[in-house]
Amino acid sequence: MALIDLCYLISAVLFIIGLKGMTKPRTAVRGNWIGSLAMLLAIVATLLHRDVVTWTGILISIAIGSVIGTVMAKRVQMTTMPQMVALLNGLGGGGSFLVAGAYLAGKEHTTLVSAGNEGMDVLIATAASGLIGAVTLTGSLVAYGKLEEFKFLKDFDAPWQKLANLLLAVACIGLSALMVVEPAWAEVAYWVMVLLALGLGVLLVISIGGADMPVVIALLNSYSGLAASATGFVLNNTLLIIAGSLVGASGIILTRIMCTAMNRSIWAVLFGTLQAKGKSTTSDDIYANVKSTSPEEVAMMLEVAERVLIVPGYGMAVAQAQHAVRDLTNLLLAKGIEVEFGIHPVAGRMPGHMNVLLAEADIAYERLKEMDEVNASMDKVDVAIVLGANDVVNPLARTDPNSPIAGMPIIDVDRARTVINIKRSLSPGFAGIANPLFALDHSLMLYADGKKAIVDIVKALQEG
Amino acid sequence: MNPFIHQSYLLADVLPPAATLPAAANTGTLMLLVTIFVVAVFVGVEIIVKIPPTLHTPLMSGSNAISGITVVGAILESGKDGGTTATVLGLIAVILATINVVGGFVVTDRMLSMFKPKSKN
Repeated sequence: MALIDLCYLISAVLFIIGLKGMTKPRTAVRGNWIGSLAMLLAIVATLLHRDVVTWTGILISIAIGSVIGTVMAKRVQMTTMPQMVALLNGLGGGGSFLVAGAYLAGKEHTTLVSAGNEGMDVLIATAASGLIGAVTLTGSLVAYGKLEEFKFLKDFDAPWQKLANLLLAVACIGLSALMVVEPAWAEVAYWVMVLLALGLGVLLVISIGGADMPVVIALLNSYSGLAASATGFVLNNTLLIIAGSLVGASGIILTRIMCTAMNRSIWAVLFGTLQAKGKSTTSDDIYANVKSTSPEEVAMMLEVAERVLIVPGYGMAVAQAQHAVRDLTNLLLAKGIEVEFGIHPVAGRMPGHMNVLLAEADIAYERLKEMDEVNASMDKVDVAIVLGANDVVNPLARTDPNSPIAGMPIIDVDRARTVINIKRSLSPGFAGIANPLFALDHSLMLYADGKKAIVDIVKALQEG
Repeated sequence: MNPFIHQSYLLADVLPPAATLPAAANTGTLMLLVTIFVVAVFVGVEIIVKIPPTLHTPLMSGSNAISGITVVGAILESGKDGGTTATVLGLIAVILATINVVGGFVVTDRMLSMFKPKSKN
């Protein structure tokens, strides 16, 4: 019996069962454990491979990687989870192109080349692994930097950028072709291509805006899987192909969900064609009738409400307001007021970002509702609190076909009886457009930092 | 040294190495791998569309950890006697992929253990 192949088969099955566990919050923890068990099995089986003649270096490397990985995972704050995922993505991609590079440097490849027997398919796979892996590495690092809001990555806008992207992509494909046609040159061509692909990864992500990050992270997630799959083709290793394609599929689906939720095509996100920025001329007219309110007034409205909806956005993460929100939720529940959360798919900086923050603050996941669900019952909501969200509640998406967000599905808080917008100012969201929601008759602004506003409302409720 | 060196066998040992096969057989292997890839993508899609949005972040970090499977390739490349360059590149890849794997699984576990049902509130 081929022991290692059997282990790989079991491992592949366990990966699938593990992912299946992720379909329900109740079974998700176990699913993740099954996935890590599958990985352990795969690693142990690989160490037994008869080609693996030395263990020392490998075990030391695994130990180093494990320590770094554990420390990162234990230390990271829930608000900075998008950065963590971006970094890990990049490392996976980096691993893949190094493995493909190692294959080209190895004896097996050089022997095959001198015998004139190196397979064309292997070389194509090597090129793919190098290209995708390298783009994933630098793309993820730039995404990380943008999420951390490093100044030098902000507002990068060079007129030559699209042309440079095109040239780099063409050069990468040309070098890949050279690898296949002239296997003797494969290694040199490979490293030149990787170098160019590293540059391509930087340029592809550097001009993408903050609110488009959920799409980028999901896409890079998919790439890291595809890179692993390509490496599987290089090494003739079915487990790499299967596990990599599972991740690739996952990333593609998330990318599609994010794009649908913004009503933008993936090309529009990648090549940055968000039209009509900063219509400041019209915003003055729109905001002529904006009314502001105070925490005490909001507390009074909440007292008499039966149903409250909270719509969080990236602003909640920035203000670290999730724990204060939990206190408010518990207080309202204790008063017999129903509290729900309306989560827009692209709220925050990665898919599910808001859910993780609210889960961290101990808010039951059953209270977190999807956009369609809260929209269906919006007419029964007495008070809707918009906390650090803007574009995802902008009614222009429904009413103005010329708006850059036209057709984007939104949470229809304007249909609630009263809307409280907690925001520091009337400044526009990522789309750069004014939000007529703020000026509606039943809409009130509470100008404050998200966390402070909620804390003050809680205080007013307790005193009242 | 690998103590199991004489006890493990691979499918690849039974088949002649791809390079020595006639071209037709070689395409056969490639088609097999492509078939596996396509089927696995479909399996992935079927499962992942069922994952609720509330778990999308843990899904990303968890699937991210799975993409660290490239560690298997890294171990193979660094472990075999392929010359210094190959070994060094392989070992760096082992480190990067292990960070990806361990970091991904640990952080996913941390996140998932925070998701609690309503009865607790």
